[in-house]
Amino acid sequence: MKALRYAAIMSMLCLCCGVAMPAVAATTDAAPKAKAAGTQVEIRNFAFAPNTMTVAVGTRVVWTNRDEEPHVVTSAGKQFASSPALDTSDTYAVTFTRPGTYAYYCSIHPMMVGTIIVQ
Amino acid sequence: MRDSDDNTSPGRRQFLQCMAWAGAGTLWLMQGGVLRAQALTGQGARDAADASFAFVQISDSHIGFHKAPNMDVASTLRASLAMVNAQKVRPDFLLHTGDLTHLSRPDEFDALAGIMQEARVDKTFYVPGEHDVIGDNGAEFFRRFGERQQAGGWYSFDHRGVHFVGLINVLNLKAGGLGSLGADQLAWLKMDLAPLSASTPLVVFAHMPLWSLYPEWGWGTDDSAEAMGLLRRFGSVSVLNGHIHQIQQKVEGNITFYTARSTAYPQPAPGVGPAPGPMKDVPPEALHRYLGIREVRHVRGSQPLALTDEVLS
Ligand SMILES: [Cu+2]
Repeated sequence: MKALRYAAIMSMLCLCCGVAMPAVAATTDAAPKAKAAGTQVEIRNFAFAPNTMTVAVGTRVVWTNRDEEPHVVTSAGKQFASSPALDTSDTYAVTFTRPGTYAYYCSIHPMMVGTIIVQ
Repeated sequence: MRDSDDNTSPGRRQFLQCMAWAGAGTLWLMQGGVLRAQALTGQGARDAADASFAFVQISDSHIGFHKAPNMDVASTLRASLAMVNAQKVRPDFLLHTGDLTHLSRPDEFDALAGIMQEARVDKTFYVPGEHDVIGDNGAEFFRRFGERQQAGGWYSFDHRGVHFVGLINVLNLKAGGLGSLGADQLAWLKMDLAPLSASTPLVVFAHMPLWSLYPEWGWGTDDSAEAMGLLRRFGSVSVLNGHIHQIQQKVEGNITFYTARSTAYPQPAPGVGPAPGPMKDVPPEALHRYLGIREVRHVRGSQPLALTDEVLS
């Protein structure tokens, strides 16, 4: 059936979606040039990686959005300030000064969840 | 093609995706709860002549997005509105089912509002997508595009015998969850529907799917079953959503669910690829086949609504 052939073609195209494109350069007002100092969390394919991270007190955690889709880093218990909308390549940094377990999620894609454990 | 039960068969679901992808316009006729798809031909014109009124759904214009596969989402929105303006039957109004903007920025809302003025319709009704409520819980969206009926932003109206309900399911989302209506909105919905007779045709619209379309990608609404419980007694319910940038549909008793194409960029079919981001590999010359509008005609005296999905080229 003709329609099924379209499905096959589209499936093949979609497999290619996983190949990363060079991100469009963008600056951020949240944490410019944060890369040098801090522990990185990548946001890619609608997920935080690493999903759970254990860091020492005083660590600066930097999230970088590698998706075409914007994401918003939001504390599940309002323990730290939410990021603005992070467009592609935007970063957001939080310095964790007290021990604890910090659950967070993306406020617009709430199935995206992550945890920072500060010791 | 007939559709008389749910959408669980992968084969059937695949077929519907193909219809959406095939690019040719598809005419959706809902008759007695049974959906039939036809190519856009003279049949559409005949139904248009019989229709009491028509309205058009557009969705997911994502003004502010400028990456592959669409560097110019303003132009594709304009092309969509030109298609609305070219309809033989002038639609009574437009429904925009959310994600007007990409990042909720004031300049994006400005651009959207300006472009929407090109539509030759008397009125456009909006509900927000999650992209329209970033940072301010939708304050800017509601200030510009809200109907100001209820504090939460949801609303209803009657049009030529059909009761329309605009729901908000992109606010107060919980970690690990899907879209959410919330107790206040459900209580209002119950009150809103209470005086209506079961024979009143209903059109319910919201941004995120009001059925469990693909929860793995967040394509659903946590408390949609409670809303459906309130809708079940009605003889004809059409539920229109956006969010997933492609046509999917499902019939559940007298309730038929439809998602719409985007005017900006397509997203992959459920579970195809690692994540629901833009399909950036669609070549520019093929993009128009994935974008489009939906025209809905209500024929007075017969419950079914006729839905026509048209692609940009
Ligand atoms: Cu997100």
